[in-house]
Amino acid sequence: MNWDETKPMVSIKDVYKSFGTLEVLKGVSLDVMKGEVICIIGPSGSGKSTLIRCINGLNDIQSGSILVEGQEVNDPELNKLELRKKVGMVFQQYNLFPHKTALENVMMAPIRVLKHDKEIAQKAAIKLLRKVGLEDKVNAYPGEMSGGQQQRVAIARSLAMNPDVILFDEVTAALDPETVNEVLLTIKKLAEDGMTCILVTHEMGFAREVADHIYFTDGGLIVEHGNPKKFFENAKDPRTKEFLSQIL
Amino acid sequence: MKHHPYKTDLPVMLPFKPVETESFGSTIKLWYVVPILALILGTSAIAQSGSDIRLGALQTLMRWMPLLLQGFIFNVLISVMAMAIGTGLGAALGIGQLSLNRFVRSSSWLLTQFFRNAPWLVLLFFAMFLLPFEVNVFGIIIPLPDWVKATIGLALPVMANVSEIIRGAVLSLPSGQWEAAESLAYSRRQTLWLIILPQCLKRMLPPWMNLYAILTMATVLASIVGVSEVMTLTGEALAAEGGRPDLLAPFYAFVLLIFFVYCYPIARLTVRLERKFSVIN
Ligand SMILES: Nc1ncnc2c1ncn2[C@@H]1O[C@H](COP(=O)(O)OP(=O)(O)OP(=O)(O)O)[C@@H](O)[C@H]1O
Ligand SMILES: [Mg+2]
Repeated sequence: MNWDETKPMVSIKDVYKSFGTLEVLKGVSLDVMKGEVICIIGPSGSGKSTLIRCINGLNDIQSGSILVEGQEVNDPELNKLELRKKVGMVFQQYNLFPHKTALENVMMAPIRVLKHDKEIAQKAAIKLLRKVGLEDKVNAYPGEMSGGQQQRVAIARSLAMNPDVILFDEVTAALDPETVNEVLLTIKKLAEDGMTCILVTHEMGFAREVADHIYFTDGGLIVEHGNPKKFFENAKDPRTKEFLSQIL
Repeated sequence: MKHHPYKTDLPVMLPFKPVETESFGSTIKLWYVVPILALILGTSAIAQSGSDIRLGALQTLMRWMPLLLQGFIFNVLISVMAMAIGTGLGAALGIGQLSLNRFVRSSSWLLTQFFRNAPWLVLLFFAMFLLPFEVNVFGIIIPLPDWVKATIGLALPVMANVSEIIRGAVLSLPSGQWEAAESLAYSRRQTLWLIILPQCLKRMLPPWMNLYAILTMATVLASIVGVSEVMTLTGEALAAEGGRPDLLAPFYAFVLLIFFVYCYPIARLTVRLERKFSVIN
């Protein structure tokens, strides 16, 4: 990765997105620098998932610009596969491949997509599973693991592609309260290692502790953003204040 | 904790809703075999009590049994071949229905719908009368006897149903599987062959077996176009016995019994697999 670090790694400018007649994003802009962790919070239906799914081209946009390492995502000629090698994603429902073991889930894409040597990919996958604390689950199938374990495999699977930025969409929202922390801790370690992370989350404590920057969305707009301290202690917008008062 | 099923822009998710194929096997119980047996024995016994010089109905049936069973083996052969051909073509058509290419997708869809909504017997007649009695493949003359034509005729609706089973199974997978695969930069083809279809195999097995049982029972339609399968032979045997009315019930009951003995285990297995897979998924 040879990205000019003075420019944002992900630069979203004035993005509009609608599903049919439903306008979901109404002019969203935000920048993410390399190594930054940003959290997007906001009420349900405000377009958080839609926004981050636009970054790796799972959703297309009507207008505006999304640059990932200088490459325009809103371009009909875009090579989505190249984009997605750089942008990892972790989902709320884990979405592991149920017919493959944890190890296979992690090493399959490097082998099939990046054409890595099988043995090298396997070694790397085992290392990643160890990193997320699951070396003993290497041969387990997703159906045999807890939600938290599955989600950590999903994180390892995403890391195996060696992405430059990872998108997390409410990755703890489907988990039992006891297992939320093990996943948050894994993400925190990633962030400390310098991984660029864009998270949609309802975990305010986590956002406050880990985020470099917090964005608050409502009705398809970013109504407020700032560093965690400023955001949580000095929210200006009444919508933010109301949201925070309900959730904290 | 909400579980918000994402709707998506992925084209494969757009066109249609999944189809549920329900199993007919779940309603069959083993003791159904008893009345059929009783029918054979009972009708033979009644027939016997009234006859003096002629051979009893049961003995007559015994005499014809080897021939009838041979005829049934022919039914099985036709069903297996029609299933093989239909599955091969149907797989291609089913995957065609998932194509990103609009033309491929809609023509696969059209073919599927056309043959799925056609009466099997009409398709059979169509095959019988439209196919030539031989084909010339690169100078080699391959004869097409009636039973081969019948097999092709029956393979057509099988093809359409297999196509629909595949499409239904693919669309019944959560869209998250597609999204996860796409996020990992798998190509569409890789996604389909490495991630989606392997998961669908299990889901497709019960409806596919169900279809096979239905096909097996439909092979008797071939008697209408003169293929010497079990029904045709039964008719011929009855004619050879001089059209004795007392033989009708035992003979046809015997045919029912063979089909039952063949199809029922398939139906049971289908139900068992369905149950097993519904636990896993
Ligand atoms: N594929 C789609 N087709 C139509 N409408 C959609 C689609 N995806 C999302 N929407 C709608 O867009 C709006 C924003 O959805 P989105 O999932 O981005 O919200 P969100 O902020 O992530 O909410 P949540 O906190 O519930 O996850 C919602 O009204 C949703 O119903
Ligand atoms: Mg969401």
